[in-house]
Amino acid sequence: MAIPSRDRHDGDELAIRVRGLVNRFGNQTVHEGLDLDVRRGEILGVVGGSGTGKSVLMRSILGLRTPDAGQIEVLGADARADDPAARLHIERNTGVLFQDGALFSSLTVGENVQVPLKEHHPELPERWHYELALLKVKLAGLPADAINKLPSQLSGGMRKRAGLARALALDPPLLFLDEPTAGLDPIGAAAFDRLIKTLQEALGLTVFLITHDLDTLYAICDRVAVLADHKVVATAPLPEIERLDHPWIREYFHGPRARAARGSGERETERQA
Amino acid sequence: MKNAEPPHCAMDPDVDGQLRLSGSWTLSTALQSAQVLGGIQAPVRGMDARDIDQLDSAGVLQLLRYSRSAGLADDALLFRDEHRALVCTIDEVADERPRPQRDYGVAAALERLGRSVHAIGGNIVVLLGFFGENLAKLARLVRQPRRLRLTATVHQMEEVGLDAVPLIALLSYLVGAVIAFLGSTILRDFGAEIYVVELVNIAFLREFGVLLTAIVLAGRTASAFTAQIGAMKAREEIDAIQTLGLDPIDLLVLPRVLALMLMLPLLTFIAMVAGLAGGVTVGAFDLGIPPQMYIARMHETMELRHFLVGLSKAPVFALIIALIGCLEGLKVQGTAQSVGERTTSSVVQTISLVIILDALAALWFMHMGW
Repeated sequence: MAIPSRDRHDGDELAIRVRGLVNRFGNQTVHEGLDLDVRRGEILGVVGGSGTGKSVLMRSILGLRTPDAGQIEVLGADARADDPAARLHIERNTGVLFQDGALFSSLTVGENVQVPLKEHHPELPERWHYELALLKVKLAGLPADAINKLPSQLSGGMRKRAGLARALALDPPLLFLDEPTAGLDPIGAAAFDRLIKTLQEALGLTVFLITHDLDTLYAICDRVAVLADHKVVATAPLPEIERLDHPWIREYFHGPRARAARGSGERETERQA
Repeated sequence: MKNAEPPHCAMDPDVDGQLRLSGSWTLSTALQSAQVLGGIQAPVRGMDARDIDQLDSAGVLQLLRYSRSAGLADDALLFRDEHRALVCTIDEVADERPRPQRDYGVAAALERLGRSVHAIGGNIVVLLGFFGENLAKLARLVRQPRRLRLTATVHQMEEVGLDAVPLIALLSYLVGAVIAFLGSTILRDFGAEIYVVELVNIAFLREFGVLLTAIVLAGRTASAFTAQIGAMKAREEIDAIQTLGLDPIDLLVLPRVLALMLMLPLLTFIAMVAGLAGGVTVGAFDLGIPPQMYIARMHETMELRHFLVGLSKAPVFALIIALIGCLEGLKVQGTAQSVGERTTSSVVQTISLVIILDALAALWFMHMGW
């Protein structure tokens, strides 16, 4: 059957294509000719030391920062164009989870999730906004009564889940996660990893995931992009990355913490099998 | 992006009571799909969603709701394999639904009224407690002068006192001129324009000098105290101060209280002089009273007690402004909105308290004959 699914509606295999990206702050260069491809339907983990520009890369892709040079295509639209239609296309089809959730502190969790729904779908009745928000809150693994709570009444892990619910509000095919497990305890972080994987499979998401968390990389990422020396030095599945001969990669993936994470990642795989 | 097909449904000609769905069932077509589902007349015994082109969680939610209201069994819904994971995930969480909390109606309004009265009572107790705590810390400061944060106090004195001088002087000068105008229009009828001098003198020395200064500082300084301390509270800086073994009252509150208690009387003096100058100006240019004569009259009729009555209120007002400003800042609860609410509350409280106390004081001084 030749029915196109929503995962490949314009026949392009790439969700994000970055070419020759240059970002500078004053005379400090962050990116110099950076190339990156994110395929549709994959979870791409982006790793790199502090200050290698992981967040700057995400902000450039999202249009929050104007890069000094380079091309960025998101879901077939030019992210650097000033064209409002292209911007709207990207905004409607991307969800972002910022590091600490970035929830609006004066709104309840439910109202936070309803903000994008009300903004982009004002034609729907209020009850639907509420029901969809409730659905997203529960999909994100929060109890239903969390919907009436203010962000200040939630723990750090719950705030992340609420932020994820808001990011999923419009059913975006493309999801950006900035350090989703930072600040969570290991059990909470593992649960959040599983949640991301489950949602990614159920909703057919493409996920751009910035992380420092080796456990996350081993547990859920399909491919990993390593940022070093102002560019992406490698993009490949983890086993291939581990074999690469690059000083930072060696130190990162063969340090004591990486060995522990690899062990637990393998146990996880065995348990699932 | 090609446009999605609209949602569509029709009865299956082959299977009795089977609904065949097609097109796009997503958030952006949600209204149309509700119409489509609402337009179904025939009894439905099963739904075939395998021809659906695009499906997202909004569409799934609608289909599940519809099938439940039509009393369909779980296996009466058919989905394509690639949609099944989505449907299962949503089916798991889509059942229970708490209603949104509503607070409308008479009962809710009465409840809010009761709560705010209760809160006012609590506020007074807290304010008195805070006042007592500050007095105790102040007494300790007298015994241990080392604890005084001299730099912070001087810095606050500059911010709340020196920086406010131009504003206070200008406003008092203008109000002094206005009082002179007002008085002269009435006194002219009696040919007693020269009494404008006494009017402006007494008004400014007893009441307006200190009242005007206190109100300006309530708006300018109490809000600044609340916002500064509130932002620190929101960013857990106050907690950090405490865990480092420091005392937030010593560190943040007392310098502000002391600075304001020193500066408000001085500013009051400036306000008095500026107000009198306003009277002199109007006298000279509008009433035909030359400055020499105005000042000579001032010397003749001015009494020290008016000045003392006015000045005696300044430290009290200063204490109220500083305490409420700092206390409201300490009440902030971690959100941006909370900082705004507390700042508003501190300005409203200080201005009302200053005016109420001034009225009571006027009554009392009058009856004492001072």
